[in-house]
Amino acid sequence: MSENVKEFTSANFNTEVLESETPVLVDFWAEWCGPCRVIAPVVDEIATEYSQKVKVGKLNVDNENQIASQFGVRSIPALLIFKNGTVANQIVGAVPKNKITEILDSVI
Amino acid sequence: MNRKVIIIGSGPAGLTAALYTARANLNPLVFEGNQPGGQLTITTDVENYPGFPEGIMGPELMEQFRTQASRFGAECHFKHVTKVDFNTHPFKVWVADEIFTADSIIIATGASAKMLGLESEKELMGYGVSACATCDGFFYKDKKVIVVGGGDSAMEEASYLTKFASEVKIVHRREEFRASKIMVERVMKDEKISVIWNSSIKEILGSKDKGVHGVILEDVQNKNTKEEKCDGVFMAIGHKPNTDLFGDILNSDAAGYLITKEGNTATNIEGVFACGDVQDHVYRQAVTAAGSGCMSAIDAERYLETLKIN
Repeated sequence: MSENVKEFTSANFNTEVLESETPVLVDFWAEWCGPCRVIAPVVDEIATEYSQKVKVGKLNVDNENQIASQFGVRSIPALLIFKNGTVANQIVGAVPKNKITEILDSVI
Repeated sequence: MNRKVIIIGSGPAGLTAALYTARANLNPLVFEGNQPGGQLTITTDVENYPGFPEGIMGPELMEQFRTQASRFGAECHFKHVTKVDFNTHPFKVWVADEIFTADSIIIATGASAKMLGLESEKELMGYGVSACATCDGFFYKDKKVIVVGGGDSAMEEASYLTKFASEVKIVHRREEFRASKIMVERVMKDEKISVIWNSSIKEILGSKDKGVHGVILEDVQNKNTKEEKCDGVFMAIGHKPNTDLFGDILNSDAAGYLITKEGNTATNIEGVFACGDVQDHVYRQAVTAAGSGCMSAIDAERYLETLKIN
């Protein structure tokens, strides 16, 4: 995992995500989710390429079920883009990188 | 750079074709598509793939397929082909604005879950509507869910969902299941599962923000409708081949499956081959897909040999 990818938990979610000055891309994932593993390297690349503009991190839904349900995540991988404390857009399911960056670019 | 072979799809068929063409020094380029690894990546235990007596997890099996193909030089890209042109040689394949060309094409795009075709279903996909219990079941702890369908996959999904959901209702259009006896027995014995016979879903109720809160059911006999509360709807009404990309260029049967020549994997366009579920509505197994992927690779190799002679 790239050093640009943070680990979000209930302990830091408010400060790191909801109160973040920069937009945040949160990758909701779990160990048992095959498509999540597919998308992980893509999220890594995006974290590196967008390191100046977007904060990128992962949230394990097994450990943080509460946050997943708070934001209505019912299918993973789910990439939620937070801006000023709210969900600006989201992508459900593994999709190719250009699709993710396209949506990301439209939000930031 | 013009390639000798481009493979579209990365399930057992595509990656076996990649393995064989790589070992034949054809330097294959694989476009993995939106679901790298294919349908097995959304399953759990695979117990019927020979060589794994204890079973193996679907995603892990597919990772091994990819690793093995890559070891011999197959290039696998997590890209989704958006357009093809098989009318001129070399064949053209687009990924958004990028264009690739190849002397031969192996189509292994597989099949995906059929949907009911409702607007609300499309809108709520991933927000309470799902086609994969093993992927999304986790999010329905102590919730009420509906499974739509009457075949083996509907029975499997329903059984699997009882691990999480408080209540599972199977909605089926007919008055009996076409699933295998053993699966039906398992479902009928389960206290958490009940069946709503002779009914179809007219509408799924909910929103992206709040998820699904119910469905409107229609009795297929008397056309009466009623609302049924639930938190999730799982589709298990069969599969359709992924052939949208090819339009009318390739011959297909009434159900949309690509037609290949008797005894090999050639399509109606010379140099274009098809393997796996996209051309097989009969067997649809990982091992048969892998077998036909191997056939496509050998067919492509022979075809490329004829190009050299001419």
